[in-house]
Amino acid sequence: MKKRRMWTVGAVALALLGGDHAGAQSTLDAVRGKGYIQCGVNTGLAGFAQPDSNGEWRGIDVDLCRAVAAAVFGDASKVRYTPLTAQQRFTALQSGEVDILSRNTTWTISRDTTLGLNFVGVNYYDGQGFMVPKKRKVKSAKQLSGATICVQPGTTTELNLADYFRANKMKFKPVVIEKMEEVLNAYFAGRCDVYTTDVSGLIAARSSRAPKAEDHVILPEVISKEPLGPAVRHGDDRWFDIVKWSLFAMIEAEELELSSKNIDGKMNSDNPVIQRFVGAVGESGKMLGLDNRWAYKIIKQVGNYGESFQRNLAPLGLERGVNQLWNKGGLMYSPPIR
Amino acid sequence: MAHEFPRPGGAGRSSRMVWLRYDSRARAIVYQVLLAAAVGLAFWFVIANTAENLAARGIASGFQFLFREAGFEISETTFLSYDAGSSYLRAIAVGVLNTFRVAAIGIVLATSLGTLIGLARLSHNWLLGTLAAAYVELIRNVPLLVQLFFWYVVVTEHFPAPADALNPLPGVFISNRGIVFPIPRSHFELDYPELTGFNFSGGGAFSPEFAALLLGLVTYTASFIAEIVRAGILAVDRGQFEAAQSLGLRPWLAMRFVILPQALRAIVPPLTSQYLNITKNSSLAVAIGYPDLVSICNTIINQTGQAIEGIAIIMLVYLTISLALSAFMNRYNRLTALKGGNP
Repeated sequence: MKKRRMWTVGAVALALLGGDHAGAQSTLDAVRGKGYIQCGVNTGLAGFAQPDSNGEWRGIDVDLCRAVAAAVFGDASKVRYTPLTAQQRFTALQSGEVDILSRNTTWTISRDTTLGLNFVGVNYYDGQGFMVPKKRKVKSAKQLSGATICVQPGTTTELNLADYFRANKMKFKPVVIEKMEEVLNAYFAGRCDVYTTDVSGLIAARSSRAPKAEDHVILPEVISKEPLGPAVRHGDDRWFDIVKWSLFAMIEAEELELSSKNIDGKMNSDNPVIQRFVGAVGESGKMLGLDNRWAYKIIKQVGNYGESFQRNLAPLGLERGVNQLWNKGGLMYSPPIR
Repeated sequence: MAHEFPRPGGAGRSSRMVWLRYDSRARAIVYQVLLAAAVGLAFWFVIANTAENLAARGIASGFQFLFREAGFEISETTFLSYDAGSSYLRAIAVGVLNTFRVAAIGIVLATSLGTLIGLARLSHNWLLGTLAAAYVELIRNVPLLVQLFFWYVVVTEHFPAPADALNPLPGVFISNRGIVFPIPRSHFELDYPELTGFNFSGGGAFSPEFAALLLGLVTYTASFIAEIVRAGILAVDRGQFEAAQSLGLRPWLAMRFVILPQALRAIVPPLTSQYLNITKNSSLAVAIGYPDLVSICNTIINQTGQAIEGIAIIMLVYLTISLALSAFMNRYNRLTALKGGNP
């Protein structure tokens, strides 16, 4: 495993050492040339990106990739997936191995600047939490002093954890393992007292990996802001715009109550906002360098944000919460498409 | 002197080309200069191109990050104090020392175990010989990574939680959090570990990650060392055994004073590569979460995004350790080599 990772990093370093292919051609031209989008996703996180029993990738992060493919090619299936660990993800994007990084990645200032990435927006507002076995009878994260805590390396999680314990003058021992499967095995085997990651990840792990989900509780404290979103490389504004507005189109469609089920019936709507959205009037497609029906194709083939949430995250027991639309008390808000 | 070089055709075309073509030493120098220039050019191209690509993509570079606050915790440290407020440089130092710790203990244990198994395999006792052979063939033919996972599962899944820890000796507790044992606090007192809250505090401890890594490295490398020792002993002329016996030396004394000193000549050079292997293989620690150099550098690369610098540091450290170890073993090899006379 380590060897493979070293190879990946080595290959990425070589890619950086070698040619400057990524700079020479725009990402949109490159994607059109090869006929598909290479999308970097999680190695397997239920609800965000995980292959189903037929080997089809499913999840809210996967839907974003499919939305971009629908906008660019008119066909949401023209995506190839590269599963990436937390450590591989940025170098994979930097080196041009993937066109989009859609892998429950927290938007922070250092990643947005020094890593050479551009975050296009947020597709899930999350926060870091703690999961402990119920038999421990722990009620609050403040009681965790001295605990051994399982965590994945190279994540904001690892830093928030150290910050939180420092701020509360508590001690802990980290057990840092790269692969999610291995870190979860270590927690469920009792090697750690606590597993920490984003709350959505805790809920997904508890419902899909725990031997008995009811034996584990998630503590009430949420110790950080984790706005998760897709990212692209610095320096290609056209591609940045396309991915950004593909995400916004899904959010805007939910607000306009356009869904994969009803959008065909709304094609002749009198509402000028909807007319612009489906591309009957206006030139939003031309502005992006895409077909004018780009947004229609996203909604027809992938669905709006709410549909994606219901399909992927609701079955795990995740509530909309702050991921509700802005006019329903949440944070999801799209700038106008006009 | 080039002018005194006898030239065919005498004067007239006193061309340098002819001189170059016929003087093998001059030719060799020209080729070496050309090779050095080509290597230098290749390096320059790679470095310049990398710097340009990094700048074009707005990716930070340079080593200034080493002095910034690391912000993450490390589960075990050797000799150095460390907390999340320490610098990246200190985190790397902790990683280097953790690598040293597992490699140094591993080298000592693997050499002892390997020598015993190598001797056992030569034994006239059929059962002992067969067991040693089975050990060697089984262990050295299974990938080390698989063995590490095996040991890690053994340690974490088959030992009880701290509250139900095994207590084989007073003050020694074995649980899925590792082995804790009393350590001297002063000349008169021992610091006993105690179960407080989640885990044991006080005393000394080996973490499960360290234990699994050490077990894996020692058993794996010992199987190779056993073969090296066996081959070294078989390389000693049979007459030496007989001579020692006819002098009345008991078998163990003959081995200790006659055979092993001669066998060392054949043993030390391949043994050096096994020591290097232990050190380098300890980087498999990332798979099971022991905070060695590679594991810590991985985290740093990911926090800072400076992959090239991070990988360069890893390479530099392993290169330094390996060259130092080789130099030491080469010195030792000269001590054990045949003295006097020309080779």
